[in-house]
Amino acid sequence: MLATATTAMKSTANAGTSAANRGARAGFEPRLLAGPSFDAGPESWEQHRARLGDLPAASPSRIIPSIERSGLIGRGGAGFPVGRKWRSVAERSGRGAVVVANGAEGEPRSAKDRDLMHLRPHLIIDGGLTAAQAIGAEDLVVYAGSEHGDAVRSMSRAIAERAGRDPVAVRLVEAPRGYVSGESTAVVHYLNAADARPTSTVERPFERGVGSRPTLVQNVETLAHAALIARFGDAWFREAGRGRTRGTALVTVSGPVRTPGVREIEYGVTLAELLAISDGATAEVGAVLVGGYFGGWASTQGLWELPLDPLDLAEAGLGFGCGLIGLLDAELCGVQATERIVRYMAAESARQCGPCIFGLGAIATALERLAACRPARDDLENLTRWSTQIVGRGACHHPDGAAALLTSGLRVFRDEFDRHHRARCAHRVAGLGEG
Amino acid sequence: MGLSLQVDPVRCEGFGMCAELLPEAIELDDWGYPIVREGILPEHLRELAERAVEVCPVLALRLVSPERVRSTLQTRSLAPHTALRSHGGG
Amino acid sequence: MWYATRGAGIVSLILLTGVVCLGILTSVRWQRAGWPRFLTAQLHQSISLLSLVFLTIHIVVAVVDPYTSLGLAAIVPFASGYRTIWLGLGAVALYLILAIIGTSLIRGWLGHRAWRIVHWLTYAAWPIALVHGIGTGSDSGAIWAWLLNGTCVAAVLAATAWRVGYADSSQAERARALPVLERR
Repeated sequence: MLATATTAMKSTANAGTSAANRGARAGFEPRLLAGPSFDAGPESWEQHRARLGDLPAASPSRIIPSIERSGLIGRGGAGFPVGRKWRSVAERSGRGAVVVANGAEGEPRSAKDRDLMHLRPHLIIDGGLTAAQAIGAEDLVVYAGSEHGDAVRSMSRAIAERAGRDPVAVRLVEAPRGYVSGESTAVVHYLNAADARPTSTVERPFERGVGSRPTLVQNVETLAHAALIARFGDAWFREAGRGRTRGTALVTVSGPVRTPGVREIEYGVTLAELLAISDGATAEVGAVLVGGYFGGWASTQGLWELPLDPLDLAEAGLGFGCGLIGLLDAELCGVQATERIVRYMAAESARQCGPCIFGLGAIATALERLAACRPARDDLENLTRWSTQIVGRGACHHPDGAAALLTSGLRVFRDEFDRHHRARCAHRVAGLGEG
Repeated sequence: MGLSLQVDPVRCEGFGMCAELLPEAIELDDWGYPIVREGILPEHLRELAERAVEVCPVLALRLVSPERVRSTLQTRSLAPHTALRSHGGG
Repeated sequence: MWYATRGAGIVSLILLTGVVCLGILTSVRWQRAGWPRFLTAQLHQSISLLSLVFLTIHIVVAVVDPYTSLGLAAIVPFASGYRTIWLGLGAVALYLILAIIGTSLIRGWLGHRAWRIVHWLTYAAWPIALVHGIGTGSDSGAIWAWLLNGTCVAAVLAATAWRVGYADSSQAERARALPVLERR
């Protein structure tokens, strides 16, 4: 995936290094991805400060309302209002809070966090510092997925470049590989006890997290946006955006397009425009995975004009999630593509909770049989029943995400599932396609 | 004043004694793990619930105040994707 | 009074044997139609408290009995002159049992992990209590004593064997037994 993303970056860079070519061709200035050409690799602190100036000091009483007014929502997948989140941590932070910049990016096909960490590490650190000032934290931890080598090296170098020059202690922690290791309680658990599995303690991280201190776990892209808001203000942030949700976001396009990879878009750009930015599809598209493995399948009917705005997507029963847009070649089997994802998620279970271990396991096994056109008689019926049975009963939302993905697959690929149920498959090859 | 039942899913090992004592509020899934009915526990079940909490061999069952119920069930009313906590953490 | 001591001791042994077996039956999730699992667990808890009652009688009578004049030295391990080792083992068993039952009573505050570690001491406490009974008993050679002790040993051995076999079905084991899902 990283190679592909870099390829995408390179191809965009080859098209010309001016900022206008790097974002939506609708001619808006990229914000997170502004700056030197991606071929040049990570932006140094010198370049960063030359381009953007120093990070202004901000008091909690000014920065939190500004973030609230901006309408910035979390970019880790849940889309929670950031200002509200910072405010609730700040309210508890008499004892020295901790900010964790979450760059675990366990979602295998999403590349935005690792690429951002690789290319714009200082923007992320600035964002972490802004959050730290807002909530009264003295520690910033950058939690980067250990399998994202470029990102880890870049963040590490960036922290070293700034050594001692920041008001807050900054350190890098490599997150263990795994889908759930980016879940908030898993992050805290790993930092406390070197165990990256979600916990079911009553208290949430913002109440009691790393070292029993109030902890803000925030996605690295979110923090990067905050760093820009701290400099240019919330009104500036709200200038971008086509519809109800304001601002820009990073998305990862994967599947049969000419130039897959990470892009920055304004909220509200349509899927058709995104396809055009990616230089068009190389095959007929059968369905689209919106939001990543934690999102869901969408049929192409009426999809191309759907604005990529969290509110519009929610109204269509979809979610922005981590911004992964995965196109499925129409020649490929939707049942097999669904089975692949669910099998992956079942294998990635932290194996702590019965419904996830056995429920998701049973789902994966039944799906495997269905996908291979050798179903047991009850498989399809069981899948429908199990997909609602396991929801909400794990320590984290992992089984919920898998169940939601399965449910969307059962809906979008209903005909194909029926055919497989009768042991007939119309397609030949499996998978989401390489992207 | 009312309390809700809450299962700690990590501790739970599927003994199923809670469902035996409180079939009105807890049923078992296909693998023997409890599905707890949402909402405030009716007062007449309180005593049985306390016994269930006591008897659970792994102390997975708790009676907590409703705001503290740590489950995604209470967020079902929200749009599905805004309710899901993410793995990208914020 | 000696008979009171001996009698209470025997009842204690029988009850403790029952407690151990019920505890094991709880962990292997034994049930029958009409006999729910919670019943096993609750009996286990109730009978352990009952055994404490008889244990108390057994010890108090032994301590105050003027005939044997054991005194409080009886409950200090290996401090008594009378059958020092066997009596001493009884004291050891007593403290183990107090720890096990005591931690169970404060289970909510103690936390499950600490409770569990102490509870494993059952597998030490019970045999020590049994050996104490055989060693201090004035009638351990009698046939009924053999039958009694033998039955208790058989019960605990059988239950333990079942428990050892069941370890394969704990949640972790059942999870490991699931078909391995390779990440493709």
